[in-house]
Amino acid sequence: MKALIWEGVNKLAVEQVPDPVLRNDQDIVVRVIAGTTCGSDLHLIGGYIPFMQSGDVIGHEFLGEVVETGAGVRRHAVGDRVVVCSFVGCGRCWYCANDLWSLCDNTNTNPGIGQALFGYDTGGIFGYSHAMGGLRGSHAEYVRVPFADYGAFPVPEGIDDTSALFVSDSVPTGWMGADLAGVKPGDVVAVWGCGAVGQMAARAAILKGAERVISIDRFPERLAMTERYVGSEVIDYTATDVGAELRERTGGRGPDVCIEAVGMEAHSDSPVHVYDQVKQQLRLQTDRPTAVRQAIHACRKGGTVFVLGVFAGAVDKFPLGAVVNKGLTVRGAQMHGQRYIPMLLDRMAAGELSTSHLATHTVSLDEAPRAYDMFKQKTDGCVRAVIRPDA
Amino acid sequence: MVSRKTFWATAAGLAGAVAVARRARTDEPAPDPVNRWLTVTVNRAPGDVQADKLPAPLQEYGERIETRIVPAPGDRGTELAVRFREAPSAAEQSVTARITGNDPRQDLRVALREAKSLLETGEVMRPDEPTAHPTTPGGKLVGLLSRRAGGEGVL
Ligand SMILES: NC(=O)c1ccc[n+]([C@@H]2O[C@H](COP(=O)([O-])OP(=O)(O)OC[C@H]3O[C@@H](n4cnc5c(N)ncnc54)[C@H](O)[C@@H]3O)[C@@H](O)[C@H]2O)c1
Ligand SMILES: [Zn+2]
Ligand SMILES: [Zn+2]
Repeated sequence: MKALIWEGVNKLAVEQVPDPVLRNDQDIVVRVIAGTTCGSDLHLIGGYIPFMQSGDVIGHEFLGEVVETGAGVRRHAVGDRVVVCSFVGCGRCWYCANDLWSLCDNTNTNPGIGQALFGYDTGGIFGYSHAMGGLRGSHAEYVRVPFADYGAFPVPEGIDDTSALFVSDSVPTGWMGADLAGVKPGDVVAVWGCGAVGQMAARAAILKGAERVISIDRFPERLAMTERYVGSEVIDYTATDVGAELRERTGGRGPDVCIEAVGMEAHSDSPVHVYDQVKQQLRLQTDRPTAVRQAIHACRKGGTVFVLGVFAGAVDKFPLGAVVNKGLTVRGAQMHGQRYIPMLLDRMAAGELSTSHLATHTVSLDEAPRAYDMFKQKTDGCVRAVIRPDA
Repeated sequence: MVSRKTFWATAAGLAGAVAVARRARTDEPAPDPVNRWLTVTVNRAPGDVQADKLPAPLQEYGERIETRIVPAPGDRGTELAVRFREAPSAAEQSVTARITGNDPRQDLRVALREAKSLLETGEVMRPDEPTAHPTTPGGKLVGLLSRRAGGEGVL
């Protein structure tokens, strides 16, 4: 079958690879109907997560049709249209049982790397390096889904492919940010990043009753999209002083909740950015935490900062003083998708959540390398490119 | 073929990522001379984890290991610990043995992890068949690390 593979830093190619097969009784094999580019992939492609091997298939946000089921699968049948959570959870370890699915104990087949980096290994994720289990990615014609009874969800008929696709990763990620940050009616919430993840975090905050939601980015088309489809206020951080603007809009208090949806390749015009880039290239820090620093600084006293952006290692100039002296709660997580996906599909069916506007481009697998280039450079107004193997 | 430059860049990347993580830790403990228990917590009631009915990967060790099973605090399930009756020799525990994958505790750790997965889920998730063709030295390094990664750990 055809698949999109990582060949080296900033090098993607479409190649023939062997079809996936059932490897465990609780697996299914899915024919991929649609997948999408995610900001997380950019960190892999750019070599910021140096645990890739040339030939690895990438992609983790997808929807497809069940074509094969293992003997131990109870909840799926051949022909079902399913959206699959990007993280794989076994459903029965203590973490899965406590709805902390991305921390699953049983789905990372290379636990030693995570243990060396983080102290403990995380769960496995599709197409996301050998540190996260080395599973094949979903930008392919077929993909094997382990523990499918827990990670694959039937899509109700009324929801089209493109809308449901984002329930695999970006929608539950955004929802989790607002949920675990404790957003409640009356809150003022600021969200850094107007990619799919930031937009969905802002939408979740609105649906959870936030009084005001303010989204921050620099791309005019993304800001306009967030205003129009999400219903959030926006700030162009290149046009103003974000901290001062947030103070002005919040009666001088600062946002109650700050959600960071930018990640380790954050952009900035300040001199500190050059410092961050140099240190990152010399491997003296692995990540650039520009937006995290800003969120911590802007957050109101006693407020909460939730980091949704992906970070891999250590950062420099982390404002620990502000965390302690302002009494902040700082939290982060990879997405616990299984916790939210059924509820999100219901909300989508009820018309509370729309995602199709995120799909600014649709391409075939052959065009995927070009689509990733466009998504990385944010050209042609690309927010998400949908990759359809059958296109 | 890949240039030496790419190799060293990748090697530096891998080493750098781990080194940064290491530097973030405060004190690196010295190698441990005691015959420490290797432990996992299984999300099953204490009655469901029994020394004479352990899953195959641990059963295979027979009399060579001893087992300790205690309820975990709160709702956390059952703590399952194993260790060799006869502590591995200093040579078997050496850094060289660990790097070459010859410390017998590495295999025991894998068996313990597999036993936990079998008790909790009824299976051990197998990796996908690889599509990678790591012809480059950097890729081979990740491959080596991944193979070791199955056995190394915090247990
Ligand atoms: N926690 C999880 O489980 C999870 C899941 C999916 C994605 N992610 C992460 O979420 C992040 C966003 O993903 P995405 O798909 O939306 O990516 P994206 O690249 O489409 O969006 C990132 C946005 O951040 C903006 N940005 C850059 N620097 C900024 C700054 N200093 N201040 C404000 N905005 C800034 C960019 O302009 C861009 O619009 C990534 O780091 C990704 O890895 C996390
Ligand atoms: Zn993602
Ligand atoms: Zn689990």
